[in-house]
Amino acid sequence: MKYVDEFRDPAAAKLAIAKITERAAAGAPNGGPFKFMEVCGGHTHTIYKHGIENVLPPTVELVHGPGCPVCVIPMGRVDDAVAVAKTPNTIFTSFGDMMRVPGGKENLLEAKAQGADVRMVYSPLDALRIAEANPDKEVVFFAVGFETTAPSTAVTVLKARQRNVKNFSVFCNHVTIVPPLKAILESPDLRLHGFLGPGHVSTVIGNRPYRFVPAQYGLPLVTAGFEPLDILQSIEMLLKQINEGRCEVENQYTRAVSDEGNPRALAILQEVFELRPHFEWRGLGFISQSALKLNADYADFDAELRFAVPGIRVADPKACQCGEVLKGVIKPWECKVFGTACTPETPIGTCMVSSEGACAAYYNYGRFTKIPVKVGANAPA
Amino acid sequence: MCLGIPGQLVEIVDLAEHRAIVDVDGVRREINIRLVAGGDTGSVEVGDWVLIHVGFAMSKIGEQEAAETLQYMRGLGDVYEQEMTDFKQEAQL
Amino acid sequence: MTDVVAGEHGGGDREEQVMQRIEEFRKRRPKLKDEFINSAHGAGGKASAALIDAVFLEAFRNKTLEGMSDGAVMELPSGERIAFSTDSFVVKPRRFPGGSIGHLAICGTVNDLSMMGARPQWISAAFVLEDGFSIVELREIVADMAEAAAEAGVMIVTGDTKVVNRGAADGCYITTAGVGVVPASVHLDSRSVKPGDKIIVSGKIGDHGVAVLIARGELNLEADIPSDTAPLNEMVEQLLEAAPGVRFLRDPTRGGVATVLNEMAKEAEVGVRIMEQAIPVRNVVNGACEILGIDPMYVANEGKLVAVVPPEEADAALAALRAHKYGADAAIIGEVTAEPPGIVVLQTGFGGTRIVDMLVGDPLPRIC
Repeated sequence: MKYVDEFRDPAAAKLAIAKITERAAAGAPNGGPFKFMEVCGGHTHTIYKHGIENVLPPTVELVHGPGCPVCVIPMGRVDDAVAVAKTPNTIFTSFGDMMRVPGGKENLLEAKAQGADVRMVYSPLDALRIAEANPDKEVVFFAVGFETTAPSTAVTVLKARQRNVKNFSVFCNHVTIVPPLKAILESPDLRLHGFLGPGHVSTVIGNRPYRFVPAQYGLPLVTAGFEPLDILQSIEMLLKQINEGRCEVENQYTRAVSDEGNPRALAILQEVFELRPHFEWRGLGFISQSALKLNADYADFDAELRFAVPGIRVADPKACQCGEVLKGVIKPWECKVFGTACTPETPIGTCMVSSEGACAAYYNYGRFTKIPVKVGANAPA
Repeated sequence: MCLGIPGQLVEIVDLAEHRAIVDVDGVRREINIRLVAGGDTGSVEVGDWVLIHVGFAMSKIGEQEAAETLQYMRGLGDVYEQEMTDFKQEAQL
Repeated sequence: MTDVVAGEHGGGDREEQVMQRIEEFRKRRPKLKDEFINSAHGAGGKASAALIDAVFLEAFRNKTLEGMSDGAVMELPSGERIAFSTDSFVVKPRRFPGGSIGHLAICGTVNDLSMMGARPQWISAAFVLEDGFSIVELREIVADMAEAAAEAGVMIVTGDTKVVNRGAADGCYITTAGVGVVPASVHLDSRSVKPGDKIIVSGKIGDHGVAVLIARGELNLEADIPSDTAPLNEMVEQLLEAAPGVRFLRDPTRGGVATVLNEMAKEAEVGVRIMEQAIPVRNVVNGACEILGIDPMYVANEGKLVAVVPPEEADAALAALRAHKYGADAAIIGEVTAEPPGIVVLQTGFGGTRIVDMLVGDPLPRIC
């Protein structure tokens, strides 16, 4: 696959790893390994899928951040989604990622098993298509995602207005990336040396919104692509900055991200959305100005105004230590319920819920970072 | 939040409605190009590569930038490393 | 070969303790906590296993059933062994590029019998038809079954038909069962697998599952991906002749190659190590999987097998498969290891490693 395979080239990877090892050789100033946080769930997924952590030298460690917009949806909001899905004469559409996220009582897949018309869609436009094909039903789209996905929801709403589709609405749970980044940076237990910036969010918002990270917190940030080589190069660029005494925002993902982002997408976001005063993030608590809702001009497409959603807040179980994992304070296996009460089949908190939540990824992929393998004499090299 | 796949535009179905067909290794899907096309700067045409996310093109993939990124990677540990870095930084200005 | 130690990267003792705890927990039979069936129970992964264990095994307890293969092998008073297998077919849409529910109904059972080393001979076919179902369509399905049966050299010798109310059967459900004789020299058993054995896949994976997903039309994808539905019994006979030491065969249907490897690793208490670069996948199937965010390793196949063979017979096995039209792209994808038992490890093209775990539920396309 073009623009994919080349960025998985093992030969180039070896060069990158050698360079990273060289640059990190002195170790971090406080004596431990360099700790870089990747903010985005997609990065966590790539890191595990390709086994990147175990090709890095022990002087570099990756900390998995809260950039999983699926994982951070609080249980109460999932309950609201389920309530809407169970409303008679309603078709509830959602991305596959959200289908198994547990609410206080059940998830969307379970609601579907009980007879709710829940359908998985790949794109919000598919949801609109379903609405047009089913004029006698109410069709709701469960909108989740960061600034990467919000413009797509916005275009869909604009199309719905343009085509006068009356039976379509959006249950909006879009969140923005900068507030949780700030929340992490404000954490007193933080021990990070830099960030891998969210590459696809940046195709929309550009690189400038991250300037506060070096400016106010003295940590470098490199906007990173999603193939293994992109991640390795970004780590190398972070170390290079540290070696050279620089601290700035750099762009590794130049083939898809420009400094100013996508002005068209940003304008469409402005047109359709506004910021909520605050929004609850599972594991991180309430964060102000961190989520979107449809603004007054498009309120007629807001599912929360069209349906009676319970709107009840469901607290995370006491045993849940997701907040600490999300901030990089503890590792997944350090959580008291990791692997026992909290597993991918029976997730308690956000980090285990989606396949890229740090805990789920670690449980599924990374349990043995290096594995004892005794192979026979005839084994291939 | 990030599953973005590179695909090649093979057909513009309806420019006004922003409908286009993209090809990913032989798989075709209709996508919406409103975020990358439309009137002013930065329009896309058949043959361009775009980054696709939930049925929308998010940005055009820069062939030159991709090549430079790869050159940088391959040049690591090589005497040309410094030149590549400078070249890349210049290209970004 | 390098010998590396677990848990080096970070936690030392404490991390190892946690890992131990998890492994013990995983070894326990999966518990069934649900009160109602949901789609995960049909996906072939952990939920399916939990259901089978808690509901069916509990009630039907006997040694043959506990063998838990694709089918059962029983010894007759004469000393001959027969294999017996059953499967239900509910696929939607009923017709898809490369096949139909009719082809699947025959090939599915023929292949299950083949995987036990049997020569499939006799098939039964039971139909549950919805009131109002088109007889023209029924004829087409039945013609497909006849076609597949002829190719496989099996006979449909008995059957049944029931009609249910409109809305109760999604058009047409088919259940087939099959019987075949296992030649005296053939003994296939996952538990006979040994460290050093080679793992072979008979061709490119992921075709069927992706073909059906696309044929459903909900994802609005277009691609030239026909299902690989095919009867494998002739290929298996040729394989067993060329490589009589074959330890174990299984067809990677629901749950895909990843599930077969995990099942084998657990049953035989061995480790599995496979190379990502060696796994054959069609480019277009890979493209579809990338777009949807699903892993071809977990996608169903209906015309492929996984074979585990002693290392000295690997070349002969591969040659036999490649000589057959359904095995032209056969490849060695990895091998059996002693450690870590019950775990399937994948070496990525990139040089890293990751675990390939059992499926949790249906592989759902993701955006994230």
